[in-house]
Amino acid sequence: GVLERSREQLLRQTCEAVVLGVLHPRTAITLLLVPWGPLTPPQLLSCCLNAACMALLDAGLPLAALFCGVTCALQPDGTILLDPTARQEQEARAILTFAIASSERKVLMANTKGSCSVEEMHQCMAAAQRAADTIFQFYRDSVRRRYSKC
Amino acid sequence: RTVEPLEYYRRFLKENCRPDGRELGEFRTTTVNIGKCLCSITTADGSALVKLGNTTVICGVKAELAAPAADSANKGYIVPNVELPSLCAERFRSGPPGEEAQAASQFIADVIENSQMIVKEDLCIANGKLAWVLYCDIICLDYDGNLLDASVFALLAALKNVQLPSVTINEETGLSEVNLKQKNPLIIRKHPVATSFAVFDDTLLIVDPTAEEEDLATGTVTIVTDEEGRLCSVHKPGGSPLTGAKLQDCITRAITRHKEVKKLIDKVIKSITPK
Repeated sequence: GVLERSREQLLRQTCEAVVLGVLHPRTAITLLLVPWGPLTPPQLLSCCLNAACMALLDAGLPLAALFCGVTCALQPDGTILLDPTARQEQEARAILTFAIASSERKVLMANTKGSCSVEEMHQCMAAAQRAADTIFQFYRDSVRRRYSKC
Repeated sequence: RTVEPLEYYRRFLKENCRPDGRELGEFRTTTVNIGKCLCSITTADGSALVKLGNTTVICGVKAELAAPAADSANKGYIVPNVELPSLCAERFRSGPPGEEAQAASQFIADVIENSQMIVKEDLCIANGKLAWVLYCDIICLDYDGNLLDASVFALLAALKNVQLPSVTINEETGLSEVNLKQKNPLIIRKHPVATSFAVFDDTLLIVDPTAEEEDLATGTVTIVTDEEGRLCSVHKPGGSPLTGAKLQDCITRAITRHKEVKKLIDKVIKSITPK
């Protein structure tokens, strides 16, 4: 449907920005993402981003930078919740999803649901950038584990 | 220009201007036609035609009656649909809607939802029995870049033009009676305005890209603000990474643009309302 197309466009353009396509001319890279278990749309988006990046890593494709997906929920009282549960998302007045690149923690992709003020968006972005460090550490640990076994 | 388009553009961007003579932060001439007299759609309940430079987008709103959904008995529906027919640009083929059209439709639906410009409860006539459905068809007639800005503007203008006939439910028969003589305008709570930017070479941001600029750009950002300066949507579908400071520049420009557009819309609405 229309929602899936819009998600695909977000993911595709994010991946296109990091994959060094110049090194592989006349090649098509297909990413197939199958959601597993109950996921709300914003959670799904950041999960897909993380899964896509790890899959690209695993495939050994040359990447300009790593990226990770972070979901921020803005509660009615102004507190920022990272990686919210489904119920927290429902109560939130805005949900922002960012794809943060590993190079200087710049923003690769941004998608918002609900409205927020400019300061709140910056706060969420800063929180997402800090959280990106944790996620990149997870990437490093996973890759290390994979290659230490075999 | 045809052999090395990127180099051609870079030479202009170095001087902080663009080939069509605009500054980096300058918009193309925006014109809007609202209503049955100026706009061609006589069968729609509300219509608007927006021209942003060469990009031409027409929006028609049709209101129909339907039963509300079971889980939201007091809410009506708003169904936006963006079409990019093959007449607007060479790259769009006829057939099922392509990815760009579908992504644009989703974007418009998100903007309506996020900004709460129309509260769905306002569209309800009788709880659980009858509600309005607004079919908003946005059709691009000429694609020269910056589709999202023009679409949001056309939608806003068309919705401001919509007059809904009053509907009463006959107690005895249970049928609805539409009174076409008595019309009320739609209650629009917020006025979201979209501002799109193209990112060049990972650093330079230009406002209101043409189709040529969009092809050469390394990324796009669209910011939707409402009149209180709140962000209704930050849409950055991939593309080169941006720092927070650059995003802030975009937001500041978007807020200025909002004021310009609001002034234009108010002027046009005032000129068509019968005294």
